Amino acid sequence: MKRIYLDYNATTPLRNEVKAALIEDLAVFGNASSMHASGREARNRVEQARARVASLLGVPAKTVIFTSGGSESNNTVFAAMRELASDGRGVPLASGRRGFITSAIEHPCVLNSAKYLASLGYKVDIIPVDESGKLRMDEFKKALSAETLLVSVMTANNEIGTIQDIREIAALAKAAGAWIHTDAVQAVGKIPVNAGELGVDYLTMSAHKIYGPKGAGALYVREKAPFSPLIHGGHQEDGMRAGTYNNLGILGFGLAAELAERGLEAYGREMGALRRRLLEGFSSAIPGVKINGHKTDTLPNTLDVSFPGAEGEAILLSLDLEGIEASTGSACASGSLEPSHVLLATGAGPELAHGSIRFSLGLETGEEDVDYVIEKTPPIIKRLRSMSTLK
Amino acid sequence: MTSWLYSDTVKEHFVNPRNVLLDDESSFPADARGETGNIRCGDQMVMLLQIKDDVITGVRWKTYGCASAIASTSMLSETVKGMNIADAYKIRPEDLVEKLGGLPENKIHCSVLGDKALRAAIDDYLAKTGRAGLFKEEAVIICNCLSISDKDIETAWKNGARSWEGLQAATKIGTACGNCKTKALELLHEFEHLYG
Repeated sequence: MKRIYLDYNATTPLRNEVKAALIEDLAVFGNASSMHASGREARNRVEQARARVASLLGVPAKTVIFTSGGSESNNTVFAAMRELASDGRGVPLASGRRGFITSAIEHPCVLNSAKYLASLGYKVDIIPVDESGKLRMDEFKKALSAETLLVSVMTANNEIGTIQDIREIAALAKAAGAWIHTDAVQAVGKIPVNAGELGVDYLTMSAHKIYGPKGAGALYVREKAPFSPLIHGGHQEDGMRAGTYNNLGILGFGLAAELAERGLEAYGREMGALRRRLLEGFSSAIPGVKINGHKTDTLPNTLDVSFPGAEGEAILLSLDLEGIEASTGSACASGSLEPSHVLLATGAGPELAHGSIRFSLGLETGEEDVDYVIEKTPPIIKRLRSMSTLK
Repeated sequence: MTSWLYSDTVKEHFVNPRNVLLDDESSFPADARGETGNIRCGDQMVMLLQIKDDVITGVRWKTYGCASAIASTSMLSETVKGMNIADAYKIRPEDLVEKLGGLPENKIHCSVLGDKALRAAIDDYLAKTGRAGLFKEEAVIICNCLSISDKDIETAWKNGARSWEGLQAATKIGTACGNCKTKALELLHEFEHLYG
């Protein structure tokens, strides 16, 4: 059966160019920290990749640190800030600049980092979002103070695609004297993200969301922004991140970043058209659909839809039986009792959250794929609704 | 295609559920009705029974629920047809899970709605025939050391126990060997699901 992968926000396949380059680079084995020719060969490739990633973010190469991925980059920022919010013995400060502010719809690796700090006694504010997923600026301004140490707000949301006004959020954070971090894992490669222009101090990105390999990511650290390593060890990355260089991951990441930068404009145009096609198809074929997220400030490839009366896991598996691969905010698919924290935070009731499906489109998606989904989905929803206890 | 998330039997019952009611409840003249579940937890179930001389002669059900809830209730509806209500009352989720060829660990709690709704329907029938409370759900011992049953855990949940520590404070469960902790926590999870 034909498989239509529409879960690109979960992960992406390698681009063919990246795949080919990785196969070639399998022979590059040298330790990039070694001084001999093999080491220098690896090091040159690592630095070339760094320049490519930095170019995509519009920042100087020396401000980019390679990590194992988005989770590590985000954890690094929270760990570094934790040191600043602690006294010399690691006890949370009782006064002064020590507060953390984040949003209610962050990826778990940010949200749980913040909650972990809260459990240790650090001051943490989690700011709500409105029904479109935008940060509640009034609540944010209220929480900001001379005690705020770090503001961490994602650039774009992985589930509903809502893009935050990071420039404005960063300006407010800076005006209050706080450091500002953004998790841009879902935004980079999909919309223009220039870390310098955004005015952030730290920015997280990941290779496998932009058609690069898994296990590679980056953290942008603005010059002179405070920093301490999460992983202690050797002198790699100027002592900012220890551990032998992940040659292959980094090389693939670099090429993926270059291709993403080159194709960014076309990506936005093509994904936007496909998303509209899918949205209009659902809206005209299925009564009662609710599109989640922001109407205009949204990732061009992400469409999160609730089908009231039908349960998400059952929809997901029915789609899977037709070869369509998506994801759901239903609790039944997560193994927990709670449905998507993102949808609940937007004020969607449990029925909309449990009945939500995220379609995230990508480079291999074509119009015929979207049309196939528009054809196959309505009977699935109709069937599940007809057996449902909910009207 | 790569292997499915669930067994072939689950898949088959999910794709072709038996005795599911696709129309309004009014289209099936029932002698008894049971409802359970909670939309907050993402599933809800209605069970409708036709009963003659205490034997289940017809069954229909509706659910807002996931694939394993649909499949296990489909299996349940097949099982109870022609069964005496006293026997039907004793069906436990484990029996259905076995017939379905197993369910993933974290999906077991999705299979408990059907039999709860079934018992609710039978209770409804007993009340209508002047025999309210005739059947008692059999208690299953969870903590062998201190003879604490699933009913005791259910009572503790209803009295506010939400964690292992809360459960121990209420029942002293697992204070000897502690082997029952996993099973007890699964039950807490299940009651949260049913009553939360």
